[in-house]
Amino acid sequence: MATLETFYEVMRRQGITRRSFLKYCSLTAAALGLGPEMVPQIAHAMETKPRTPVLWLHGLECTCCSESFIRSAHPLVKDVVLSMISLDYDDTLMASAGHHAEAILDEVMEKYKGNYILAVEGNPPLNQDGMSCIIGGKPFTDQLRKVARDAKAIISWGSCASFGCVQAARPNPTRATPVHEVITDKPIIKVPGCPPIAEVMTGVITYMLTFDRIPELDRQGRPKMFYSQRIHDKCYRRPHFDAGQFVESFDDEGARKGYCLYKVGCKGPTTYNACSTVRWNEGTSFPIQSGHGCIGCSEDGFWDKGSWYARQSDILQFGIEANADQIGTTAAIGVGSIIAAHAAVSALKRAQHKGDV
Amino acid sequence: MAPLDDAKPVATPEEEGTAAPAAGRFLKAIYVYEVPVRVWHWVNALAITVLSVTGYLIANPLPSQPGEASANFLMGYIRFVHFAAAYIFAIGFIGRLYWALVGNHHAKQLFRFPFWDRHWWGELFLEARWYLFLERKPKLYVGHNPLAQFSMFWAIAVGSVFMIVTGFALYSEGAGQGSWQDKLFGWVIPLFGQSMDVHTWHHLGMWAILLFVIVHVYAAVREDIMSRQSIISTMISGVRTFKDAEAPADEEHERPAKRGVRVG
Repeated sequence: MATLETFYEVMRRQGITRRSFLKYCSLTAAALGLGPEMVPQIAHAMETKPRTPVLWLHGLECTCCSESFIRSAHPLVKDVVLSMISLDYDDTLMASAGHHAEAILDEVMEKYKGNYILAVEGNPPLNQDGMSCIIGGKPFTDQLRKVARDAKAIISWGSCASFGCVQAARPNPTRATPVHEVITDKPIIKVPGCPPIAEVMTGVITYMLTFDRIPELDRQGRPKMFYSQRIHDKCYRRPHFDAGQFVESFDDEGARKGYCLYKVGCKGPTTYNACSTVRWNEGTSFPIQSGHGCIGCSEDGFWDKGSWYARQSDILQFGIEANADQIGTTAAIGVGSIIAAHAAVSALKRAQHKGDV
Repeated sequence: MAPLDDAKPVATPEEEGTAAPAAGRFLKAIYVYEVPVRVWHWVNALAITVLSVTGYLIANPLPSQPGEASANFLMGYIRFVHFAAAYIFAIGFIGRLYWALVGNHHAKQLFRFPFWDRHWWGELFLEARWYLFLERKPKLYVGHNPLAQFSMFWAIAVGSVFMIVTGFALYSEGAGQGSWQDKLFGWVIPLFGQSMDVHTWHHLGMWAILLFVIVHVYAAVREDIMSRQSIISTMISGVRTFKDAEAPADEEHERPAKRGVRVG
């Protein structure tokens, strides 16, 4: 790596004309929902700012985030990876392997100290000294801490890095821990989802590189532009919810009519994500559109908030699968029986001491 | 802890002029619950009933409605009634808090939990023993007995705050980020973990209050029949009447010697 190249220089080097470059800036502005007056700003930023390297680490994960990412259509992932960012390390996507690959980490960390973005897919397991996830012969925890030290910001890709996801579900034997609980001194952008929507991933990264700042985050550290509303709030089946028209069981008449999936466990009302607006695979569809309820994959601890086919979540503390209403009804019947018995005894006692009181 | 009921001289029926002396057994009548307390009690009771029924139906909706979605709004109406009743419940609770500040000392009892008062705990266990048929006679109280006060404090004072806070947090999700509900109560969602857990706890809160209601109604009816003071009519008229001559336990400053002194 020689001097720090700007985005524009990289694009020109790859044979992209200035005309195409400006078109690209307009498209980016449109993708981010910005007005046309922002296009010159984006162009200016890309002409003057050095390309920001991104180091993409993989901990305990299933690579579904990467799989989603490479399917981004707006912007195309090839534009993101080849033109916009300098994805200097991603052991899944990169050509080099072994020591060569690991050497890049040190090189970037030194050259761009405090100026690179760390993207984390998956999370570190802390039990057994981190031995449940080994990268290049060392625990992933060590690699994460080392690379995070000089990072400008950290992106937590997916529910694993953001909240823990399946490997952190009860009883979490490896003590898989979300990134923000291990790295506490860096700005962390959570992009939850299992996986997150491709356009959300590229949108977040494009925003950060274009404006050189992290997007506005909500209370849980998620970018507001994609996670400020629930699936339910923008669901196209919402009119059926308000009308009280529900799918009672899969394949019933309501299911065929496209009624609301609330009664068969849709987690749309408790899930913050952009599925009902951005949708998946170039806006083709999303789970509810295909007739299955949302499982709430972008929410904290969603694996432990089942069943995915009942509205109310199970309360596991009772050892059996029971929801709040079942527990409440049982308690009410119990108290009711006690009261009936108590009333009977009271009446007997009163009869015994008649006239006393 | 200050005494719950500071000494109020026993008013004879003639002085108070509210009780019915004709029955002959009513020896005393004391004005206990002021109008705002009584109005709040019944409004709150109605609100809890409406909130519980609609809340249950929100979690377990009625069977699907036939016809076009545009011709139906059942779930919308149920949710509207829930939210409207919730506002009445919350505003009523604020009003009741205010009355605890400006009302008589009985109005404050709901919000008090005299944890450090050993004498209070003693009477609480005495009352519990009476309910377990281990005591022949309960003590008389002008206000709430300690056991009732204990359950009211937790189920209604604490329980209402819990339901209002979790309820408005859930409401803020629909009201949207930046709404006043979100600014005031939005922090609750991440505190519990996520929205689903807030729903679950909001449900459990409803059941806790309903269990209290069941016990409360039973105890009130039973006390009215079996004990030596009025209960249900007191929450309507505000006047507590006593059926025999013994002085209530909380009538004087807490001097055990005073109890048992015959007035009539």
